[in-house]
Amino acid sequence: MNIIITNNNLSTGTETSARANNRAFDELRNLKIEAGVLERADGSAYLEMGGNKVLAAVYGPRELFVRRLMQPNKAVLRCKYNMAPFSVDDRKRPGPDRRSVEISKLTSEALTPAVFLEKFPRSTIDVYIEVLEAEGGTRCAGITAASVALADAGIPMKDMVVACAAGKSDGNVVLDLSEIEDKEGEADLPIALMPRTGEITLIQMDGHLTEDEFKKAMDLAIDGRMKINEQQKTAIKNRYGD
Amino acid sequence: MVIKMVHIVPEIIKESVTNHIKNGERTDGRAFDEYRDIIVEPGVVGKAEGSARVKIGNTQIMIGAKPQLGTPFNDTPTLGVLMTNTELLPMAAPNFEAGPPDENSVELSRVTDRCIREGQVVDLEKLCVVQGEKVWMVFLDLHVLDYDGNLIDAAVLGSVAALMNTKIPTTKLEGDEIVLDYDNMIPLPINEKALMCTFAKIGGELLIDPSLEEEEIMGARLSIGMAEDGSICAMQIGGAESMTKEEILKAISIAKIKTAELRTYLP
Repeated sequence: MNIIITNNNLSTGTETSARANNRAFDELRNLKIEAGVLERADGSAYLEMGGNKVLAAVYGPRELFVRRLMQPNKAVLRCKYNMAPFSVDDRKRPGPDRRSVEISKLTSEALTPAVFLEKFPRSTIDVYIEVLEAEGGTRCAGITAASVALADAGIPMKDMVVACAAGKSDGNVVLDLSEIEDKEGEADLPIALMPRTGEITLIQMDGHLTEDEFKKAMDLAIDGRMKINEQQKTAIKNRYGD
Repeated sequence: MVIKMVHIVPEIIKESVTNHIKNGERTDGRAFDEYRDIIVEPGVVGKAEGSARVKIGNTQIMIGAKPQLGTPFNDTPTLGVLMTNTELLPMAAPNFEAGPPDENSVELSRVTDRCIREGQVVDLEKLCVVQGEKVWMVFLDLHVLDYDGNLIDAAVLGSVAALMNTKIPTTKLEGDEIVLDYDNMIPLPINEKALMCTFAKIGGELLIDPSLEEEEIMGARLSIGMAEDGSICAMQIGGAESMTKEEILKAISIAKIKTAELRTYLP
């Protein structure tokens, strides 16, 4: 038995080259961050970026029960990235898959350089990221939210970590790809960095870019960082005052 | 190797909370039959065909419903399928661990499922597309974000809210083909709003909507699922201690009033 789906809202792939909502090539989607949204977690943050809804929570520094992971001179920063089954169009099977395991690893590595882990030997800082709704760029949204949650938990850091994707869609190098731009575009380049020093802590790429396009994309992401960082700071200020 | 972290409640806290309750008081000042503040917010996830966020006190659950076409079970070829799954996320409490569902998570899924199924919240007969071949399967996923006691009542309340919010595409049979029209979505057929009310037994007293502190010291827990007409559709006792017949009957009469009160929070 065949199933035919009729849906006029589905993308045909032949739309005009302009970005949705007349977004400029270097313009971020609507961004909203709120700190301290959960009761039990030591620190938490909720982030909306375009159609993404992401929740990050931090527990720690706390005792590490898995002794083989313990570091005698510093804390370990562990991260779990997870997508809710209802966060995507076709229900995602619950539990970790290869993609979320990889993103978890990269997220913890993206956040680690910013945290003064040496202050908490033999302990752990656990970061949990839950994607409640996904619309392109969830790993970046997760990292941006997680660093607000770390700050909310009062964990000493030398800087926030900001993440944003740049890429190429419809032949143009653009900032902050949406889901359609990511799927139909030519390249996706998520970057995480510390805004104060510009140190890059995560970079991934798929697709195809020339060296010039890559430079342009990277500059877009680096230039876009301050706007996101302002929102991060505002979230913390709204929670704790100036 | 999974290392379980057990939360230990100091005896002195247990004693003082119990003494308060024996004096007719709860530590948060509520009456024995009083719920904490309740918020039900339907339609919070755009990508889910149905969703709701529910808060009871600081307990917070996000629920998403996703319908898919699938094959019915052999013994019920004309009925749609409802599947409930819970994730007690490690972000919800310091002693929750990531990994496959543990017994608490499975119990919560099954109790929620039972109340919704036996309370006939969804008209499963209307979810049949082609008898014996294709029916709608509704996946109900409960994402527990913050755990501050009484997950069961929150889970059922949120699930009913999410199901009431769910839309499915209209289906048409054209010869051997099923045409799904996503431009014309219809609400999921709902014919009942069965809800649950949970009691904790502490110091010989019954209190509804136990907070985390109360859950940690309670001897027994009783959850009662009730349909709109006051009939009982599901029940579950939990905890290490026992309950008497009188206590259970008393709880049923309170649950009748309280589930009606909970129902006013539904959209």
